[in-house]
Amino acid sequence: MAIFINEKTPILIQGFTGRIGTFHAQEMIDYGSNVVGGVTPGKGGTSHLGRPVFNTVKGAVDETGAEASIVFVPPPFAADAIMEAADAGIKYCVCITDGIPAQDMIRVKRYMRRYKKEGRMVLTGPNCAGTISPGKAMLGIMPGHIYLPGRVGIVGRSGTLGYEAAEQLKALGIGVSTSVGIGGDPINGSSHRDVLEAFEKDPETDAVLMIGEIGGPQEAEAGVFAKEHMKKPVIAYIAGLSAPKGRRMGHAGAIVSAFGESAAEKVEILKGCGVTIAPTPSEMGSTVAQVLGQQRKVA
Amino acid sequence: MDIHEYQAKELLTKFGVPIPRGGLAYSPEQATYRASELGGPVVVKAQIHSGARGKAGGVKLCRNEREIEEAAESMLGRKLVTHQTGPAGKLVSRLYIEEATNIDREIYLGFVMDRASERIVVVASAAGGMDIEEISATQPDTIIRVTVDPAVGMQQFQARELAFGLGVDPDIVNKLVPAIMGCYRAFRDLDAMMVEINPLVITKEKQVLALDAKMSFDENALFRRPHIAELRDKSQEDPRETYASDRGLSYVGLDGDIGCIVNGAGLAMATLDMIKLAGGEPANFLDIGGGASPERVTKSFKAVLRDKNVRAILVNVFAGINRCDWVAKGVVDAVKELDIKMPIVVRLAGTNVEEGRKIIDNSGLTVISAETLADAAKKAVEAAKKAA
Repeated sequence: MAIFINEKTPILIQGFTGRIGTFHAQEMIDYGSNVVGGVTPGKGGTSHLGRPVFNTVKGAVDETGAEASIVFVPPPFAADAIMEAADAGIKYCVCITDGIPAQDMIRVKRYMRRYKKEGRMVLTGPNCAGTISPGKAMLGIMPGHIYLPGRVGIVGRSGTLGYEAAEQLKALGIGVSTSVGIGGDPINGSSHRDVLEAFEKDPETDAVLMIGEIGGPQEAEAGVFAKEHMKKPVIAYIAGLSAPKGRRMGHAGAIVSAFGESAAEKVEILKGCGVTIAPTPSEMGSTVAQVLGQQRKVA
Repeated sequence: MDIHEYQAKELLTKFGVPIPRGGLAYSPEQATYRASELGGPVVVKAQIHSGARGKAGGVKLCRNEREIEEAAESMLGRKLVTHQTGPAGKLVSRLYIEEATNIDREIYLGFVMDRASERIVVVASAAGGMDIEEISATQPDTIIRVTVDPAVGMQQFQARELAFGLGVDPDIVNKLVPAIMGCYRAFRDLDAMMVEINPLVITKEKQVLALDAKMSFDENALFRRPHIAELRDKSQEDPRETYASDRGLSYVGLDGDIGCIVNGAGLAMATLDMIKLAGGEPANFLDIGGGASPERVTKSFKAVLRDKNVRAILVNVFAGINRCDWVAKGVVDAVKELDIKMPIVVRLAGTNVEEGRKIIDNSGLTVISAETLADAAKKAVEAAKKAA
């Protein structure tokens, strides 16, 4: 099962023929993802990496039955590409693009509300490393080989910090069901809470590691969700303990501007919600191992 | 990206937001000339990227030429320290000379990108003049909010709700509504992240005026707002950050002595956390981005070394798509090229990590290799302490 994608999911690459799209599409194909084609307006009817190229997402969906897409379109056009995917009936979309204007993302989120919740496309990102269900499919730009297949879900804002977690888990022999990057932008497709909800429903996930950071309300919101609606244990690390207030730490969204947005405050809120905190970034793996060990003892 | 008060006012007035008459001055002579153009008493205002200038001596009411000259001389070329600038303060090189106003009432008006609702939210309070943190702490009941639906934009009735909610006279409401709508249109059309009019005043003559104005812009949208990008004032930035951002690096200057070079913003934040937890103080946040190519590694070393407080450097790279041996070679080349003598701790992880470590260990340089994040932080802190 895993969440969002598996080995069967037919995948479309938006921004297929560009340099970055080409490179990562090949990586995904090599990993075993079911890439069925791509979209580059104006290049429809040609073939790229042995797959058909289409002018529109709708055309591609009609021909290939694609259900998921990944967006490598440059920032000025990325919001438009996401809305095109939503309108074409894509079920799950990952947007990798970094640098989309915040007002464009507001428009995207508002646009997606045109569709009923059950049929609405799930978007993760922008400004993320994508999603991987290890051993099944990769819809992203991560190094696939650092993930061991298994039963721990990962959700995080950052790419490389997520890799760090996956490698720590692998070193301890712990595998991952799905790892989802939600991206470092202030306005993103899915929140920590949304992804926790998906993991809670997934029979192949036993526990979730949430990697958050300073800024915004999403980690606290996820904590409340875990407390009220989850049976599976949640382990969390919040980056940015040493970040000064009012300074943007790389990610457009990583800025402490209001009460409850600092790492220390988020840790307190999450602890209050029964979430186990990894005290340092080098103990993400061991904290997960500890929680899984306790789970086994109880069972 | 932040801009100056006078720049914000110039932008807002084009959207129909009323502002007092004023002009820019770079010298005391220009200041008195501007004042003579305006006539009557004026306010001399230091232009820096910070609020709370009044309390720091950056805003002075002047009644005659001598007072204007004195005020201008006391501000120009000096660094103004407010509670928002940090102890280093910010350099005053421009003054805004504005006609004095007879204030009857002060209102707070703010427009923000609200992350919880993912919409533009307008905040108003009758307790103008104080900053919003202070208002929410001391007079939260005075705060009124409206949320803008992005499909249709802000509507007149929402501005009226705010105006009546502030308890102003009906004839003032008619002047307040266009001012609020103008600020909203400026926010929307210019890709702002924040517009703050504090205070928006009602004068004794029953005029509505934006007495102060603060705007900050979405850096991701500057590609389509070239006239906004031009308003950037590098003299208001940390010179370390200007150097790095001009070279496409994401850098934030901090106060410690351990320079950091990391790929990825989240991993960079986590690395700073580890240094703190190991008892050290990071000198900077630096994200070299996904690629970690040898050129970017060299650029990053140059940016970190511009900070004279740096005593040791920690490089932490998780090679995903690229390979550790390639990154290691980049580090070794950069250290040789720049002839770096201070201790450098390198932690590599990911693809081809063994080969990468070998290159570091066999380089013959004073480069210390580390295995884990915790190990790297410990070694960097020790090295910095030894060098102190």
